[in-house]
Amino acid sequence: MTEHLLQVSSLNKHFGGIYATDDVNLAVEQGKIHAIIGPNGAGKTTLLAQLSGQIKPDSGDIEFGGKSIIHYSMARRAREGLARSFQITSVVMPMTLLQNVMLAVQGTGGHSFRFWAPVSDDREMRDAAMASLAEVGLDDRADRVAANVSHGEQRQLEVAMALAMKPRMLLLDEPMAGMGKEEGAMMVEILNRLRGDKTILLVEHDMDAVFSLADKLSVLVDGHIIATDTVEAIRNNLEVQRAYLGDSHA
Amino acid sequence: MGMVPRSVSAWCYAALLAVLALAPFLFEWMEQPFYLDLLSRGLILAIAVISLNLILGYGGMVSLGHAAYIGIGAYCVGIPAYYDLYNGWLHLALALGVSGLFALVTGAVSLRTKGVYFIMITMAFSQMVYFIFLSLEEYGADDGLVIYARSEFPEWMSMDGATSLYYWIFILMLLSLFLINRLVHARFGRVIVGSKFNEPRMQALGFDTYRYRLACYVISAMLCSLAGMLLGNFAGFISPDMISWARSGELIFMVIIGGVASIFGPLIGTLAFVVLEEGLSAITVYWHLIFGIMLVALVLFGKGGIHGWLSMLDRKRVEHD
Ligand SMILES: Nc1ncnc2c1ncn2[C@@H]1O[C@H](COP(=O)(O)OP(=O)(O)OP(=O)(O)O)[C@@H](O)[C@H]1O
Ligand SMILES: [Mg+2]
Repeated sequence: MTEHLLQVSSLNKHFGGIYATDDVNLAVEQGKIHAIIGPNGAGKTTLLAQLSGQIKPDSGDIEFGGKSIIHYSMARRAREGLARSFQITSVVMPMTLLQNVMLAVQGTGGHSFRFWAPVSDDREMRDAAMASLAEVGLDDRADRVAANVSHGEQRQLEVAMALAMKPRMLLLDEPMAGMGKEEGAMMVEILNRLRGDKTILLVEHDMDAVFSLADKLSVLVDGHIIATDTVEAIRNNLEVQRAYLGDSHA
Repeated sequence: MGMVPRSVSAWCYAALLAVLALAPFLFEWMEQPFYLDLLSRGLILAIAVISLNLILGYGGMVSLGHAAYIGIGAYCVGIPAYYDLYNGWLHLALALGVSGLFALVTGAVSLRTKGVYFIMITMAFSQMVYFIFLSLEEYGADDGLVIYARSEFPEWMSMDGATSLYYWIFILMLLSLFLINRLVHARFGRVIVGSKFNEPRMQALGFDTYRYRLACYVISAMLCSLAGMLLGNFAGFISPDMISWARSGELIFMVIIGGVASIFGPLIGTLAFVVLEEGLSAITVYWHLIFGIMLVALVLFGKGGIHGWLSMLDRKRVEHD
């Protein structure tokens, strides 16, 4: 039997009349990259927000590592090893890249009711943060203020922060959104390096990236998963082509 | 940490501290004892403003009720004194204990809200304290209460005499600066500052921001109560007026004048406020108006306050080097 790190069952969420999440069932295997594709407004971000604990579902259950985390706060889920990066860049803008990533490292290191020792003297934390920055190729810009770096670099910072949390699973919401060709290719490379090591749930619009990265694919339309299969099978799935790929690939 | 100042602003602050340390002798030599009074009051307020800056400047929690903690600290001297209890340790313990407890309870409620609601609810709680003290007939109600003697401490750290009290105030002010400096650069401070700018992100990183913000609020309140305890001793008089929300508003202005989220900003902001208030009121009866206009101009155009201006000098110098 395969081991599922994340198991979502009968998840529902509606905003007024919009069923943003409609009876979603999803199982993500340990160590695999599972991609979710779907048109704009399909409910991909809403799904990730429920997994990370930012939004409360109306009903359904989420199991992570074999236990239900449905009642856990966002912070607790993060400490359990479920790290999220945001579609819309969400970092601490006035802080440097290094300080941002150090915050992510700090979050994994027990409570922060430590009032006396300066963070900047903490070699261990600094080294761990630099390592994560190096993983996404930002180590040479560590002391730049987040607000002053390019959009692509902010996206990389998002991923570096998620990595620095040393999570068991990454929830990545369009890590390549708004990136140039080169930056996008670099992100694919970064994620490829994580293959096997980290379990990843990847929401992404860039089809080439998704097809080259994903072990498995789920197609989300109007809040409902209409297909989950291997990349090959999905590519050949007519229903999917009609519902989603139709406009651009047909 | 080097002991030699490395920038224009650092030199200014070092010089300021040196002057403050010698102020009693300076004023005695100038034969201006009134100045020591003024400065004592200024430094007491500075402690309150330093404490407010922790939550307002670093934490982004704009409290319009911080004067309540000055009041609580002062009443923790005045009420025991009314019963002839002058033990200073008792006063200190009461001030810290009561303010901490009150901050824990009211902060737990207030921090559930954000923005304008937080401002309003902190103000409401401080008004509550105001009306409680106003209703205490036994302790003078709106007339207030005279404190006949200062808190009693061992001989070597006695508060008696203007100079001794001044050094009490000065040293507590220094300790406040030191405490805040450690706090904001430690792990705790990083969480507080991070939550000011992006609380959801901090939660996504695993921080229970609410708990850290509440702890920060309590620390700030306890520090502020020290200002109240000193004010009770300095003025020898307590009254509910200490707590009015207009007082709390003044504290916010002092933070802004000095420069939010800087270590020395609150100190220079408070001193500037006190000196201006004193100077302008000596010149014209319309000083409130002039003062108001200056404050508005500062808020609109003076980004970063006095600390911000000094830092600009630092940057200029770096460019010249
Ligand atoms: N807080 C909210 N209140 C009301 N409606 C919402 C809210 N959040 C999302 N929605 C709606 O739910 C639907 C799903 O939105 P969501 O952001 O999850 O889509 P998405 O698949 O991430 O889209 P995109 O590809 O554009 O990022 C949309 O119709 C959106 O308008
Ligand atoms: Mg989205």
